[in-house]
Amino acid sequence: MLNFKRLLATTSVLATLGATSALAETELRMMWYNDGSESEVMQSIIDRFEAKNPDISVVIDVVPYKSIMESLPIQLAAGAGPDLARVTDLGGLSKYYMDLTPHISDSAYWEASFGPFLDWLAPDSDRISGFMTQLTVTGPYVNKTFFEQAGVAMPGDGATWDEWAAAANDVADKLDIPIPMAWDRSGHRVSGPAIAMGAKMFNADGEPALVDDGLKEMAQRLYDWHQDGTMTKELWGSVSGSSYLGANEDFANGQVVMYMSGSWQIGQFSGTIGDAFDWWAVPAPCGAAACTGMPGGAALVAMKDTKHPEEVGKLMDFLAQEENLAEFYGKNLFIPGHLKLATGGVDFATDDARAKHALSTFAGAVPKISPTAFDLQGYPNNRIMFNALISRLNEAIVGELTLEQAYVRMEEDVAKQLAAKAVD
Amino acid sequence: MIKNTDQPAAVKNTAVSIAGWPIQQVFRLLEYPFSKIQRGVGIQGMPWIFLLPNLIFFGIFVIIPLFINFAFSFTGGTELFLSNRVYTGTEQYRFLLDCKTFGDPITCREDRFWKGLYNTFIFVFFQVSFLVLFSLITALILNREIRGRGFFRAVFFFPVLLSPVVVALIWKWILLRDGILNAFLVSIGMDKILFFVSPEWAMFWAVFVSIWAHMGFYTLILLAGLQAIQPDLYEAAEMDGTSKERVFWRITLPLLWPNLLVVVVLALIKGVQVFDEVFVLTGGGPGTATQFIVQYIYNTGFTEQVQNFGLASAASIVLGVILFVLTMLQLAVTRARDNG
Repeated sequence: MLNFKRLLATTSVLATLGATSALAETELRMMWYNDGSESEVMQSIIDRFEAKNPDISVVIDVVPYKSIMESLPIQLAAGAGPDLARVTDLGGLSKYYMDLTPHISDSAYWEASFGPFLDWLAPDSDRISGFMTQLTVTGPYVNKTFFEQAGVAMPGDGATWDEWAAAANDVADKLDIPIPMAWDRSGHRVSGPAIAMGAKMFNADGEPALVDDGLKEMAQRLYDWHQDGTMTKELWGSVSGSSYLGANEDFANGQVVMYMSGSWQIGQFSGTIGDAFDWWAVPAPCGAAACTGMPGGAALVAMKDTKHPEEVGKLMDFLAQEENLAEFYGKNLFIPGHLKLATGGVDFATDDARAKHALSTFAGAVPKISPTAFDLQGYPNNRIMFNALISRLNEAIVGELTLEQAYVRMEEDVAKQLAAKAVD
Repeated sequence: MIKNTDQPAAVKNTAVSIAGWPIQQVFRLLEYPFSKIQRGVGIQGMPWIFLLPNLIFFGIFVIIPLFINFAFSFTGGTELFLSNRVYTGTEQYRFLLDCKTFGDPITCREDRFWKGLYNTFIFVFFQVSFLVLFSLITALILNREIRGRGFFRAVFFFPVLLSPVVVALIWKWILLRDGILNAFLVSIGMDKILFFVSPEWAMFWAVFVSIWAHMGFYTLILLAGLQAIQPDLYEAAEMDGTSKERVFWRITLPLLWPNLLVVVVLALIKGVQVFDEVFVLTGGGPGTATQFIVQYIYNTGFTEQVQNFGLASAASIVLGVILFVLTMLQLAVTRARDNG
């Protein structure tokens, strides 16, 4: 009798397992990186999708950001990539994206909701390949508490980079703060202020033309700020090439007066800094030509090598629904990359006044972004320009090249990489 | 009657025979196919049969990729598969080797390749020299009858067991602006030193950390060599009243020479291939002060938006040639010594 019971139990377990695997016939893999803990929010939305679609299971593979930048392109080139991925090199990887149009229920909704961002994902076609998981705007944060303690007035809207640098130095001198100003080590971060100084980034034919007087204006300032101690060489100077380094931890630890980064830091600062001091987003400082940061962001895209295009389309249709995106943006404190939600349709899940102020500051900066900045963001080879800019400028800052030599090398690097790409 | 004292031996024999039974069965199973193979290839061919698994593994993961890499170096573009790539002849090599003055990387078209090469030579020169010197001194000390000898041997060998990334992170933690070393300097009234901002300090620590991490391994090789020297020789020298210095130069060093040669060659090859520790420790900075040739290859092939596999392959072939020359030098030195 006992043996019969055991046999029955074993059979039931096997049958259940068999039934489960039969139900989840299709497994989709989504490669994902986190700025904070947004994969958890995404997972909760996907759980609802799986409940409605028991024949599809979705696995989120959370990887370091570096893997998205370095491993994913090789996986895609080898035809062994994931079905979906969260990417930031929006146009650079576009040849691997799938056209979702035949697999989504209402392409008009996608075009109306994500219009200009779809062009970033498909610069040369009308393809629909994904949606923005966040829209980002670069801009500075300041430690407002430091300004108050030092009795230094914060420069207002319309202040120039020079005025902000002088104020940050003033605060640092009075309070003995080690780093008056820090910028993320990223070509993308430098490009906004360079455009503010008048950099055009492209010539009259629309071809990339990185070095001009506007870019030199900004590069000279960055060089000088590193020499006079406004910025520390430890951040930009301590690595080589195009490696990204952020100063978010230094800022959160009260080591920095002014920190040039972007809107994606809001959620993190709200959690890590909290009310330890008033971290305050300020409007993009001005140059001679504009007061602009760079737009950017991350997108969830579908890959053309997927073996399950129908299921991928179904998933993307579900995730792109307004209520799901509102939940995703709201819980993660991300600026919406959905046009309707961007006009106030998101209830941000925070009571933090600093976070709310930062969100409104960055959202308010979007209309002021220079068209050149949008063009640069939409240019599929923009990372070639960003990498050349940051790596060569860095070599000048540490004294390996003069600024003039660095400008020549920047242009050669861009030309070399574009030529390598043109061979295909 | 079995005596009590024989009981453990009997139990041991029984245990061995029980444990050995499965092995015997395996050998019995293998006997039939191997006797068939031996009949086919003959007794002379059997070593190749035993080497076959390793040869297959080595061929798939080393030899074939080597040829593919060589082929890649004659192609351009961004395609991953060789069949899709465009043949560009020797263009990648011409690009790499295009220099006005080879002594000045700035005058080279691909300046970072040459900076990487020069940095590698500087690193290898200092790292190998001091690594061999410190390993030799440590081995000589640990070969003597000192208290806690086993403990010290373990201490010196311990870093070898650590992953290069762990080694680099430990030292980065020590050397950062707010790291332990700077905290110590401040506590004794000195100013903080930004070690990773100064090219000289960054290179110094790259060499130092590399020596710290690998010295134990080379010390072990030299210690084995020292212990293989017949004690009679030292006793005879002592009876003759030979000074310690003369014993070292006339007995120890000549008899340790084969081990020293192995250490030098291994350290040279490992030095030229340096990447992971330094990449995590300094990121190749400041500027390109600690960017070595392997990091250049990695950056060119993987971190740029246009992943230039052809140029990276050409650079790795140049690195391969350098390693080949070093190995040939080692063989030449060994042969010269063996011959006379």
